[in-house]
Order: sequence, then structure tokens, then C-alpha cells
Amino acid sequence: MNNQRTANSDKSLPKYSQWTAMLAISKASLRSITRSPSAVIFILVFPLVFIVVFGFVGSNKIKLEVGINSACDTSGFVYRAFSEVQNIHLIGDKSDQEMMDQLKKGRMDAILLIHSGKSETGKESVEIITSKASREKGAFAISVLSNIIDKKNLEYYSHLQKRYPESFNTVLIDGEIPAELKETKVEGREYKMIDFILPGQLGFSILSAGVFGTAFVFFSLRQTMVLKRFFATPIKRTYIVLGEALSRVVFQLAGALVIIILGKYVFGFTLVNGFFTLINLLLLSALGLIVFMGFGFVVSGLAPNESVIPPIANIVTLPQFLLSGTFFPIDAFPDWLQVISKILPLTYLNDALRKVAFEGAGMMDISHELSIILIWGIVVYAAAIKFFRWE
Amino acid sequence: MSARKAIIEVKNLVKVYDELVAVQGISFDVYEGEIFGLLGPNGAGKTTTLEIIETLRAPTSGEVLVEGFSVKSHSNEIKKRIGVQLQAAGYYPNLTLAELLRLFAGLYNVRIDVNQMLQRVGLADRHKAKYKILSGGQKQRFSICTTLINKPKIVFLDEPTTGLDPQARRNLWELIREIRAQGTTVVITTHYMDEAEYLCDRVAIVEKGKIISLDTPERLIDNLIESGFNKPKEVKRANLEDVFLSLTGKEWRDE
Repeated sequence: MNNQRTANSDKSLPKYSQWTAMLAISKASLRSITRSPSAVIFILVFPLVFIVVFGFVGSNKIKLEVGINSACDTSGFVYRAFSEVQNIHLIGDKSDQEMMDQLKKGRMDAILLIHSGKSETGKESVEIITSKASREKGAFAISVLSNIIDKKNLEYYSHLQKRYPESFNTVLIDGEIPAELKETKVEGREYKMIDFILPGQLGFSILSAGVFGTAFVFFSLRQTMVLKRFFATPIKRTYIVLGEALSRVVFQLAGALVIIILGKYVFGFTLVNGFFTLINLLLLSALGLIVFMGFGFVVSGLAPNESVIPPIANIVTLPQFLLSGTFFPIDAFPDWLQVISKILPLTYLNDALRKVAFEGAGMMDISHELSIILIWGIVVYAAAIKFFRWE
Repeated sequence: MSARKAIIEVKNLVKVYDELVAVQGISFDVYEGEIFGLLGPNGAGKTTTLEIIETLRAPTSGEVLVEGFSVKSHSNEIKKRIGVQLQAAGYYPNLTLAELLRLFAGLYNVRIDVNQMLQRVGLADRHKAKYKILSGGQKQRFSICTTLINKPKIVFLDEPTTGLDPQARRNLWELIREIRAQGTTVVITTHYMDEAEYLCDRVAIVEKGKIISLDTPERLIDNLIESGFNKPKEVKRANLEDVFLSLTGKEWRDE
């Protein structure tokens, strides 16, 4: 009865391809993800909602609502200069009472009243009313206005000085105007709110999809014995994980592509080198996802039951959500908090994404960020190998 | 019987979990083309024995050869040649039956005709259904369907009829007999004796990790009667299950 065979026996079956088996898993997994509402919500809907909200809120530059008092003289140079200032919206179709009301409620930032005729000192008299309800914008209106007046005054004095140099020597030291402002503009790309928000949202979507997606899927595949059934087929365990990872990377990149393209065409997201930048962003996203999936493997191994997954996964994702420069630059934090920010891997993914998108950085330029992300990858996968459970 | 070819050879198989000795030196052969039953109460070691033969667990000691391949050294050669139905296994979520079969076809590196496969287990009209909405009987039929994808020499069924109603159970019995009729060896575990009696050519009765008896069901019964055993109650020519089935019908129904 003992007729033990060797592998190269005549009855050997055709060569088995682990890749074919792996791709079958990727295909099945991709189908399953696209039909799972939670994956679509995490990867597409959440980031898009944040981008839309911040895209609209953030795209508004400083804009002033300035009411024109009914008695305001609109013929003078001050009014003309003021009305030509960008970002100032003049409102003249409301009664003085209405305007005063709105000013007090902060819906209007200032009311302008230029008195007709010269004052007793022989000057044009400009009055501006602001309110505590809109302190900052009110102050801005005042500074814009005083800037106009100062400039005009300076022009007037230098004009006088040229005409009557002798009499001016006695007034101005060295015959010069004390200070002069020179405005030089450097050409630069406009850094818009979307350029900050979109990479942050992309980074966070990669983090949450990596951690939550992987943790839930592997936990439930293990729990429902789907994995065990796979083990009864000739596929190797490594290829099961690779197959799952591949489908997740493909789906995440498709999501990233949608986010980036919408960002570009709807909100003017900057892709400095166009297609090349897009490819770099996608490569970075894939790297980030693979590293963050490691956290998911650890969570799925540590969680004793399904209801424990969200709290553990949140311990990984929430601090990074808040501290990794997703919504606000980490420079805004106190130093001790920045120390934490500068440990978290999402900080570096976000930074790298922003540098690539806005500064057109290549992979070499972000080698610092990449190396820290890779170190995290090594640490996390070492932990994943220790904690991951197949059964 | 000894002239028949052994397709599975189990020799002095032992499996020890941390403290518990689940299998204590079991030896038996399964012959090509038979339906072999492993019977025994819960926790007797049936599933452990089965999973070692299926190469899902490593034996602590002893040897198992499947078609001449050792479970220790050639697990992948064995996996290619067997079909496995696990107790209470689930399937990949959100996929239809047809998609699941294609997934398994990929896992086994084979090409299949999905409709023909489903037809074989009476699920052709459910190809777009998800596994989780199937009835108990349909789930088991689908499970068995996935074991047939690689045209296996041996199919392992772990308690396939547990929890099914009488009709679904009988449907499954017919399906299992059909599979055997096509030349596939079947190894089945069950704790229903009527099932073993109806299906199995030979049964091994397992108790506390040991085989306490191994023979054809008929001979086991004869031996018992010879030893002077008498049923306390006279057996009628029909039982309550016969009544139930004659009243409600035997046909496959989609519960």
C-alpha cells in the first residue's frame, strides 16, 4: 500500500500559477469593494464633501462689503481710487438706516461718507464708520482708505516740493519726503486653499481606507472562514494578501484620480507639471496606502471581536486626522504638539503630496518624507507579522 | 475489499492541541470510488482528522498519504486533487454565485462552465443571487458545487446536512450519490446514523480521538444483532420522517 509519490510523478497536474490565483482574488475583491457602500463612502464621498466645503469656504479671499452713505460725495479722487480697489464691494442701494443695521450685525464691514466741499482746513474730508461686529475687515477698510489718502498727500507734497524747493527745505529735513513705499510684485503661483486641503484629504482618505478597510476585511474573512476555504485551494497565503492589497490599491488610486481631477477642474487645484505630477501623486498614494494597510493588519490581528475594530482603528487614524496637517498647517500648533505631529506618518505623506502637487517636487526632492514613510512601513509590517492571525 | 485501491492512507495519526489530545493514533484507508463516513459525537476528532487529510492542519505525528502524496511534504499537490467543503464556511461578501465560482476557478487555475456547474447542483436560476440570501439547503449545494470546480478525485464534506430540513437533506443525499457515481471518492462526516446508513459504503466510528469500529454499515448492524442486541420497541415499516415526506413531498424546493 505504501506507494508514496514524488512531485514529478506522471500524474502531476499542469503547472499551477500563483499569479493567476492572486488575480482572481484581486478581481473578486475589487468587485466586492465597489459594491460595499462603506468603502465608497470612505474613499470618495468623505474626502469630496470636505473638499467641497473647504473649497468653497476657502476660495473666498478677503472681500469687503462697504456701504456708501447717501450723503457721500462720489465725485472726488478718494472715492474713485477706493472703488477701484479689488475685493471691495460697494453697496449704494440701501437706506442709511439699513446700512447701519447691517454694519452692527457684521454683515457689512464699513460705511463710507465723503463730505462734499472742502472742510475748514481746506481738505477733502473722508469719514469711515466701522463696527466691532466686523473688526478685522473694518480695520482693513480703514487701512485701504488711509493708504489712498496718504499716497495722494505724498503726491501733493512732492509736487509742491518740486515747484517750490526753497520753501520746502525749511519744512522737510534734507529736502526729502521721510519715507516712501516701493511696491514690487514677484510672479508666483497663487497658493489656493484647495492646494492645501486636497492633498490633506487625499492623505486622510488613504489612511482611513488603509486602516479601516484592511482591518475589517481581514477580520471578517477570517471570521467567516473565507480565508480557510482559500487555504484549501493551492494558493499560497502571501498571494492571498497580495491579491487583496492589489485590489485595494487599484480602488484607492481610482478614487484619488477622481478627487484630483475634480479638484483641478472644479476648484483649480494646482498640478504644476500636469500629467507627470498626477502620476507622482498616484505613486505616492499607492505607497501611503500600502504602509497604512500594515496598521490595518495589526488592528485585525489585535481585535478580539468586530466591535473592537472601530475604537482601535480610530486610535490610529484620529490623532493623525487632527495633527498631521490635514485641515491646518502643523505650524499653527504649539511646539510640544508639533513634536507629535512630526512623528506621525500622515504628516509626511501630506507634506510629500503638497510638495509634489504645488512645488512640482520629484521623488528625489521628497526623499526625506519618503524615507520616514518607509521607516514607518518597516516598523508597522514588523508588527503586522507579529500580530496578524490567519485563524 | 482488500483488493481495492486505497486513495487515502492514514497511519497512526496523532494531533495534540496545547493540552488536548484530539486524535490519538488513528489508522484507516479510504478506497477509491467509495463513500466513506466518519461518525461520532461532537468533539470526537472527526473534523480534526478531516482537516489534517485536507492539509489544513499539520499532524503532530503519524502519516497521511492522499493519492500517494504526503500531507507533510506535498500539500499543494494534494490541494489540487481534492475538493473541500468546510463546516459553516462563508464566501467572499457581495459577490454573486457565478462570480464566486469564477473566483474559485481562478484559485484552482481551471476553466469552468459556470452555468453547467450550477445546473449540476440545481442552482442554475440563482446565478445572480448572493450567497447570503440562499436557503440552508441551497447554501450547502453551492458549497458542494465549489468543491467540484477542480474535478477532484476526492471530495470532503464536513457535516453537510446539519441543520437542514428533511427534503433538503434527501436532496443533498442524491447529489452526493451522483458525485460518487461519476467516479469521485467522497469522505463525509455526520452524526446522523440514517444518513450514514443510506450513503456510506463503509463507516468509521470515532470516539475520543480513536476509531472504535470500522466496517460497512450492514455488517456493523449484523454484528450488533449477533451479539444478542434487540431494539426495545418493535420497528414499524415506516417512521415519522416517512410520514412527513410523503405528506410534504420530496422534490427540491427553494425554501
